Amino acid sequence: MSDEDREVDGKPDQPTPLRGPDEGVPPHPEGKRPSVAADITALATGLKTTLGEFFSPAVTLEYPEDKSPRSERYRGRHYLRRYENGLERCIGCELCAAACPVGCILVIAAENTDENRVSPGERYAKTYEINMLRCIFCGYCEDACPVQAIVLGPEYELSDTSREKFIYTKEKLLEPLPPDVQARLDSKGPK
Amino acid sequence: MSGIYNDPIGHWVVVVLAIALLLFVVLTATAYTVWFERVALGHIQRRPGPNRVGPYGLLQLAADGIKLAFKESFVPAKTEKLLYVVAPTIAVAAAFLSWAVIPIGLWYNVQYWIADINIGILLIFGLSSLNVYAIFLGGYASENKFSLLGGLRSAAQLISYELALGLALVPTFMIVGSLRLRDIVEYTVTWGPYHGPIPLILLTPIGFVVYIIAAVAETNRAPFDLPEAEQELIGGFLTEYSGLKFVMYYLAEYVNMITVAALAALLFFGGWYLWFVPPILAFLLKVVLFLFLYIWLRGTFPRLRYDMLMRLGWKVLLPLAIVNVVVTGVILVATQG
Repeated sequence: MSDEDREVDGKPDQPTPLRGPDEGVPPHPEGKRPSVAADITALATGLKTTLGEFFSPAVTLEYPEDKSPRSERYRGRHYLRRYENGLERCIGCELCAAACPVGCILVIAAENTDENRVSPGERYAKTYEINMLRCIFCGYCEDACPVQAIVLGPEYELSDTSREKFIYTKEKLLEPLPPDVQARLDSKGPK
Repeated sequence: MSGIYNDPIGHWVVVVLAIALLLFVVLTATAYTVWFERVALGHIQRRPGPNRVGPYGLLQLAADGIKLAFKESFVPAKTEKLLYVVAPTIAVAAAFLSWAVIPIGLWYNVQYWIADINIGILLIFGLSSLNVYAIFLGGYASENKFSLLGGLRSAAQLISYELALGLALVPTFMIVGSLRLRDIVEYTVTWGPYHGPIPLILLTPIGFVVYIIAAVAETNRAPFDLPEAEQELIGGFLTEYSGLKFVMYYLAEYVNMITVAALAALLFFGGWYLWFVPPILAFLLKVVLFLFLYIWLRGTFPRLRYDMLMRLGWKVLLPLAIVNVVVTGVILVATQG
């Protein structure tokens, strides 16, 4: 609030001067005199308001049963995607790891060979781990990926019972995508 | 059934059974008052309140009770040990004793109460004054600044409001001419074609208003809950209490709430008389409505500042109650000679 906003009727807002013990109560500023009837009306208005709220439906959601809808671009846990022929998209370029502001992604790449072809490119991710305790779900990895291999899905209930379980390995990340995420990616068209 | 009352041993058997039953009923009622308060406050704040334990959260209090009962019975090091332990028991004993004289209903000539004494209402006032000792001694014995402040506030507040509370009921006694609760409920008028018991609020409306305000203050409930005032005094006299000793204070507070609601129903709303509704059900209905009023007030009004509390008590309620007594007296003399 600037000083200009505080001015009422051209008068600058100054603190109320201290009142001596024999000066009495100054007149009510707005010309309204306090009265018993007005006070009781005010109390009744309050009671009416709360009674109205009492008979209105609750605004809270009962969480484990009802969940609030999430945006289709919600950034929850990660998924690694595959092509339709089953090959992994990830080419082990480590751009996601480089983009990650907290350094929670570990990629160790290996060469594809004709006997062991994992991804269509030259290399693939032999190890792909995300430390979910460190991840801040910023989605930079998804932006950085040149082949749209990594996406952030909708799940946010990720609690678990040990720290080790929060290191998401490649097997876990390669789980099939939820259909709505797949639909969102399809609508963006191939890249 | 009436023969058993005349036999001295049979009489005692009936009384002891009645006491056990009443204790059970009041304890259960207290538990569900807490549940009712939490759910009603929840709905006032547009949320459902406890609904996880059992259907509609009805077993929430069992869960809370078990949790509190298994807490360590902890006594802080620097307390006055004896007073610290005795104070909560005074609260709970005084709260439950009131129910010895509260008539619940008269159904097919069976009395649903323990003692029908001719000074019932005086006894209840005497016992409710004991509650001051419980709170003040608890605050004093805790050797804690906040507890002591809570106890002092409580003492001053309860003494102030007790005067207004007592005087608010004097017109009722003047009209009925008895301190026996049963007589007050059964006070009968003949108004033209109507002959029967009436809710006394029709005759003493101001008395009712003063009573309900003073009673809320007397039971330390919001907006007069200064003795515990969480924001300023942490928990007031409750700060150092935990486990079962805390439960005793908590129980006493809610039993007092029900007592005050029951008295309001008995003294001003015709007790167990309500058209065709069965007596005990009618009484229960009225008590629940008054409990809702309590919760409604709590959900609506902010806590009074301490000087405002004193001003309301001494400068508004007390003069109003005195004027009410005088005016009622004048009208009584004028109409009855």
